[in-house]
Order: sequence, then C-alpha cells, then structure tokens
Amino acid sequence: MMSHWIIAPVVLPAMVAGLMVIAMRGDLLLQRVASVAAILALNAIAVALLWAATTHGPEAYFLGDWPAPFGIVLVLDRLSAMMVALLSALALVVVLYAIGSGWDRRGAHFHPLLQFLLMGIGGAFLTGDAFNLFVFFEVLLIASYGLMVHAGGGTRTRAGIQYVAFNLIGSSLFLFALALIYGVTGTLNMADLAAKLPTLPEGDFALIRVAAVMMILVFAIKGALVPLQFWLPGTYANAPGVVAAMFAVMTKVGAYAVLRFGTLVFPASLPATGDLLSTFLLPAGLVTLAVGAIGVLGASTLPRLAAFGGIASMGTAFVAIAAFTPQTTVAALYYILHSTLATAAMFLVADLVTRRRAHARLDEGAGPIAQSGLIASLYLAAAVAMAGMPPLSGFIGKLLILDAFRDQAPLIWTVILVSSFLMILGFARAGSTLFWKSAASDTPAPEHPPEGLAFIATLALVGGLVALTVLAGPISDWLASTANELHQPTGYIEANQLGQER
Amino acid sequence: MEALLASAIGVLTFTGIYLMLRQRTFPVILGLTFLSYGVNVFLFASGRLVVNAAPIIGRSETYADPLPQALVLTAIVISFGMTAVLMILAIGGHLVAGHDRVDVTPDDEKDDEKYGGTP
Repeated sequence: MMSHWIIAPVVLPAMVAGLMVIAMRGDLLLQRVASVAAILALNAIAVALLWAATTHGPEAYFLGDWPAPFGIVLVLDRLSAMMVALLSALALVVVLYAIGSGWDRRGAHFHPLLQFLLMGIGGAFLTGDAFNLFVFFEVLLIASYGLMVHAGGGTRTRAGIQYVAFNLIGSSLFLFALALIYGVTGTLNMADLAAKLPTLPEGDFALIRVAAVMMILVFAIKGALVPLQFWLPGTYANAPGVVAAMFAVMTKVGAYAVLRFGTLVFPASLPATGDLLSTFLLPAGLVTLAVGAIGVLGASTLPRLAAFGGIASMGTAFVAIAAFTPQTTVAALYYILHSTLATAAMFLVADLVTRRRAHARLDEGAGPIAQSGLIASLYLAAAVAMAGMPPLSGFIGKLLILDAFRDQAPLIWTVILVSSFLMILGFARAGSTLFWKSAASDTPAPEHPPEGLAFIATLALVGGLVALTVLAGPISDWLASTANELHQPTGYIEANQLGQER
Repeated sequence: MEALLASAIGVLTFTGIYLMLRQRTFPVILGLTFLSYGVNVFLFASGRLVVNAAPIIGRSETYADPLPQALVLTAIVISFGMTAVLMILAIGGHLVAGHDRVDVTPDDEKDDEKYGGTP
C-alpha cells in the first residue's frame, strides 16, 4: 500500500527545513546538498504518488488514524498527485537556478524557506479538510513572505508589506467563510461537506452562498483574478527572480482550490449554489486575461512584463476552469501545467537579463549584455510559450480551450485571440528593446560569470514545455480521466470512509 | 448574549476595515489585528453559544462544541505570528525608506537603483 507515502510531501520538506535551520546554519554548501537531495527525493515520491493515484484511484490518509469527519485527512487523487508532481519538478529547477545564480548566497535561510514553502504548497494540494487547507495556506504564505523579501532592499521590503497585508485580509475572509460553513453544516471535511450539502434545508441556502462567494474571493486573491490581482505585479516584480519563478506555482494553488471546491463541494448540481461559481468566475477570468494582456503591452520593466504575462495565463486558466465541464477541465488542467512552466521560465529569463543590465526598465536601452545570444533564445522560447504561439505547448493549451468553448465562440474566442495578439506585440517589443537595441551600440558587454547551472535550469523548463507539446496526446488522455474523476467525485468521497469505525 | 456578540463582531470588523484603508503601515497593522479579533470571535460563535456547559459530553446538561475552540486557537496563533512578521517588515521598510507610507511609487524604485538596491 502507498498509504503512508501520502504524507511524505509534507513531512519530508518540514524535517529537512528544520534540520537545516538547526544543524546547517551558516553552512551554505551543506544546505545546498541537503536541499537538492530533499527535492530529488520529493520528485521520486511525487512520481510514485502519481503512479499510485493513476492505478488505484483516490486514497485517503487518516492523520493520527482518526476516522474521517472527526480527524484530518489527506486525500491523494489524480489531481493532487499531478499538482504535487508539478510542484516538485518546478522546485528542482528553482533550487538549481538559485544555486547557479548565487541568489541563495545573498540572504540567510533561502533553502529552509524554500523547503517550508514546498511543505505548505504540497499540503494544500493534498489535504481533504477545509480548515487544514487554511492552515497550509498560512504555512505557504509565511514561507513566501520570507522568500519575497530575500536579499532585502527598500522597495522589496515595502512591496513585501503590501503582499503580507493583502494576504492577511485574504486569510480573515477564509476564516469567515469556514466559520459560516461549519456553523451551517457542522463539518469541515471536504468529502463530508460534499455528502451533506445537497440535503441542506432551504433556509440555509443564503448562508452557504455567502460562504461560497467568500471562498471564491480567497481563491481569487491567491489566483490573482481581477479585481483582486493588484498585489501580483508589485510582489512578483520586486521579489528575487528565482522566487518569482517559484511563486508561479503559488497562483496555481488558487486555481487548484477553485477546481477542487467547484467540483467536490459546490458542484453546479448543488441546489444551494447552482452555477454561482461559473457566473462569477467566467467574466472575471475574461477580464483578467484582458488586463494581463494590456499589462504585457504596457509593462515598464521586464519583471513586470513577466508578472502581467502570469496574470494573463491565470485568466486563461480560470476561463477554462469556470465552465466546470469535463472537456473544459481537461483544457484547464493542461493549461495549468503549461502556464506554470512558461511563467517560471519567463521569470528566470527576466532575472538572467536584469542581473546583467544596469536597470530593468524597458523604455530605454542599457547597452549589450553578456551571453546575450543564449539569453535571447531563451527569451524567445518563453515568450512564444507565454503568448500561446506554435510550436510550444501554449498553442495546444489555447487550442484545447478554444475547442472546448465552441458554443460560446463569439465572446470567449475574441477575448482569447485578441489578448494573445496583444501579448505577442508586448513580448516582441520588449525583446527588440532588450536584445536588438542593446546589441546595436558599440560598447562591449560587461563581464559576467557564465553561471552554467542557471542556464541548465532555464533550459530544463523550456525542455519541459517541449515535452508537454510532444506528449500532448498521452497527457490529455490522462487528464481526461482526471477530469472525469473530478466531476464524479464518488471515489474521492468513498476514500474518506465517512462514518466507519477504524 | 447573541446581540452583544454579534455587535462586537460587527464593531471589530468595522474598525478593522476602516483602519486597514489608511495610508500608513501602523494603522493598517492595527486594522488587520482588529479584523483578526473579529473573525476569531465569529469563528467561536460558529459552534453556537452556550453558557455553563463543558466541551465534553456527559459532564453537564448540554455541551459546548469543542471544535470551534480548537479552530480559534489555531487561528489566533497564526494571526499572531503573521502580525509579528508584518510588524518586522514594516519596521524594516520604515528604517530603509524613512517614512511608513503603504504605497510604493516609481520614485522609490529609482531610489533603489541609485543606492545600489537589488533589482
């Protein structure tokens, strides 16, 4: 049985992080070795969990062996296994880049904080309890606060204050929603909620609707959905580039939570909420996509460009999520995989450029940069992926989404296609300023260490995008079964063994 | 008791939101603290209000729901820790920038470049 391995993605980073703080304080080499080893182990565990979820179906892990609605459960199903695998793969790239570029040398505790972040995000993907989801959100947030202000600097610290304050408001909203749900239903186990909510008396519908809307607001803050996206450009653009790349998977926590709650707890067939979620999410996703694309066109610095690209990709993902049909869910899941890798690649390229340049602004040239040929090629690949042009996976992702929305083509197709065009313009303009105008001046490029590991990490992300493109057929078949499992959550609910003695 | 508790939650939340909308970090932190107090009381009330009842079945005529108490305890610890983190960041930001405004303007970013801050 896989049973005990389900908690490994939470326990392993927690142990390693604690060990680093206690026993490896100040020894960067040892921390690097431990961090890479732990993340490699996490990757192996994630692959094993993915295999287990594919072959055995949903499986629950009962913490402390308490029976389901009373104790906390972690539930492994295809979706959570996929997200954990995505997380661990991205973490490997990020830790290699941090070592290669020396980012982890520029402030204390980079590796322990990264491990705590992995613990929080992994836990959020795996938990089957709504309050536990809140706790893991806080774990990932407090680690992200530390990472966000890593290496210091005035603007970064002050952008960090905004980020923390915004997320504290989000946490309060989450607690209000949880209290409402517990007050109405008397349970916070997600499978138990799915079983109890359909039999709710009509008098409680209004309260559950309020709770559902507050939940969406919280997840919209996490997923940077308009009108709650304001924190993202400032945060991601001011965070260290390597941290921003890791944060690319943090917005996906919001997308994951919406997907989980929208299919399990508040499905469209539930009389209390009906299609409340899609009513709000579809227009919000479209506006997010438009705002992101316009932001790409108007971004003043390269990190902001990447951040707005990230917002646009979240908008696209939320449009696909909002319809809550198996076909659109396949498109959404594929796009989530793609956009995590593409956004992270863009942030890493932005970091490669800004560390070689006198400033990060896009409105004026800054002389040529070292290793500009390779960086320009990487930028081209990341931009092609972000804008959704062939031959990379963004094109297939957008094609899947367009295909899934044939019946609503006039509005949704227009927004997606026009915003893709705007993004192509924005990325092309930024690229020509960065690489062509700089190359036109005669001054030689300043010396910069080659940083082979950083380039390997960025190339690995591009390789991931290529793999996603080449294997699009098998992956979308696998995602189709995942979407079916999500939309018929009986297996997930049965795995919790509600009301059975253990 | 219900009216008292409900108005307390309302006043705490109102004060919190008002202070959160201020421009300086210290009132914002105070506002977030008030908001977390409000939500903690709200969370506590989600288990229904009972007087003179132990959170154990069989010790008294009725019983108080023990779960919200555990939830509130978790929420208090978390919001306490978060407020401490925010406080440290706010002090750091104040020391670096020389003022405690919440907003970050393009001028600040230019300052950073001038003083060799990390891009």
